[in-house]
Amino acid sequence: MKGRIGYTTIYLLVVLACGFVLNGCSPKDDASVAETETTQFIIKNKGSDTMVNLAQAWAEKYTEVSTTASVEVSGGGSGTGVAALINGTVDIANCSRQVRPTELELATQNTGKAPQEFIVGYDALAVYVHHDTPLNKITITQLAEIYGENGTISKWNDLGILHSDCPSDKIIRISRQSNSGTYFYFREALLGTSRDFRIGSLDLHGSKDVVEVVGRTPCAIGYSGMGYATSHVKMLEVAADPDSPYYPPNLENVLAKTYPIARPLYMYSLGEPIGEVKIYLDWILSAEGQKIVEKLGFVPLESKSE
Amino acid sequence: MNILRKKSAANLPFSETAIELFIRLCGISSIIFVFGIFFFVFREGAGFLFNGLDLGQFLTSVEWQPTSLNNKRYGAFALIVGTFSVTLLAMCIAVPFGLGAAIFVSEFCSPKLRETFKIIIELLAAIPSVVWGFIGLTLMNQLIIAVFKAPIGLTMLNGSIMLALMSLPIIVSIAEDALKAVPDSYREAAEALGATRWQVVYRVLLPAAKNGLLAAVLLGAARSIGETMAVLMATGHSVNIPSGPLSWIRTLTATIAAELGEVARGDEHYQVLFIIGILLFTITFVVNLIADLVIKGIRAE
Repeated sequence: MKGRIGYTTIYLLVVLACGFVLNGCSPKDDASVAETETTQFIIKNKGSDTMVNLAQAWAEKYTEVSTTASVEVSGGGSGTGVAALINGTVDIANCSRQVRPTELELATQNTGKAPQEFIVGYDALAVYVHHDTPLNKITITQLAEIYGENGTISKWNDLGILHSDCPSDKIIRISRQSNSGTYFYFREALLGTSRDFRIGSLDLHGSKDVVEVVGRTPCAIGYSGMGYATSHVKMLEVAADPDSPYYPPNLENVLAKTYPIARPLYMYSLGEPIGEVKIYLDWILSAEGQKIVEKLGFVPLESKSE
Repeated sequence: MNILRKKSAANLPFSETAIELFIRLCGISSIIFVFGIFFFVFREGAGFLFNGLDLGQFLTSVEWQPTSLNNKRYGAFALIVGTFSVTLLAMCIAVPFGLGAAIFVSEFCSPKLRETFKIIIELLAAIPSVVWGFIGLTLMNQLIIAVFKAPIGLTMLNGSIMLALMSLPIIVSIAEDALKAVPDSYREAAEALGATRWQVVYRVLLPAAKNGLLAAVLLGAARSIGETMAVLMATGHSVNIPSGPLSWIRTLTATIAAELGEVARGDEHYQVLFIIGILLFTITFVVNLIADLVIKGIRAE
């Protein structure tokens, strides 16, 4: 009797111990394997969805440039990048809006390192409509009335066009989820700081999704980076107000600052960049890094492109 | 009796007591986890819930403007309506199919087919919710546009279909258990009286198993209310009071998922998201409690 219980106990303990050992060891194993295989420094890079393709392209190209460091990129939105910066879990945060002073202060307090700001390129926010929409240009004032709270424009007819592919004539507003830098920038560009977006827009999760949905939906209007354009959508020419000329979103107009909704793209390093992080940032700002900016449909920094 | 137990407990070897203690701890831990989660969620939201939040506005206003720079408004009414409407529609789809499948599996199909059928239903339960969301975003989206000529396929209907498919396995397996629990003597008696198989099901089994079936539906509904990823991707994620199945909506869960990543810890917005968590916890708790009481009702009979 006693013997049997003893065996059962031992058996149970062995099973439990195996469980613990397996659970406890597997992550450690992975880590040590990763360490021995790549003695590289890993730069953690996170944030803006607008910039995630760009950051990915940089990271890929960088594997050919550097043998001592590699870059790990993830998206999630500018807000996610800033949160990671505040928690000190990234080396570089991507941000399609400027980080607020309160957030910078919080990051400095939490991590003891003051984030440093770098402008790494420019992005023009294009206003997209379905490619069959009989509309070619729009003013910021009209956009504000479409997207803003208590706005007066809700039908295509209000814009003075007859949209035969949209039987309900209702403008379907496509927007972004509220932790996106694009959302904040577009709201500020249209409505300033005193007015909010009207509720009832479709808040999608990514720059690419917006263009995709607009491309399938004749009634829709949306905003996203100009690099995301496809053949199913049309980019509108935009004027700052009814009296100003209209400009299409392109390289020249962004550099000449005539296109009204263009913004800088930021990278924030945690503290003064040192070592591999500094080498990486310098490379991004070099002619080679800026070439990739242009290739992805963004606008490179002026000084380097000339 | 008591003395006997005590005596034998004293005589037990140490190993036995240790194992008993361990198993007891495992049992208690689940209770601790549930209360721990409730405590944590409540603690994060409590500050703003009792001090600052206008609860009337929270429950009745549709103005969800948590990121406004100078006029933050936290009206969750549209989100509450969204959650309930998508769940209701999902249940309208899932209940007939789920109960029908349960009746078929329990009463009409051969034992061999039953085993295959049950495995397939369990497979359905194993599909991760993000995969359902993906199906909703791509396949179902285009299907709804093509079938209903809707301008956009990311609608309440889309989310409901995804939720219905996700809660189907729960409904089928619990409803089947409930039908199986009806004593065979009922069936035999009904057949002896000359009832056809359909009459047995309709007149005898369904009334006898009604509590179990209701519990199945309620647990399926609780699953739908709590689902996040699939509805986030499939419903359009728009703060909007729906006017029909083709309206787009936003649910309580999707709001938490989409916005919690961005907010600063301890911020008002952060606390409101936790208050939404408390609300969700309360809703699912009530639904589960009703389901439990209903099941208890069967046992008492």
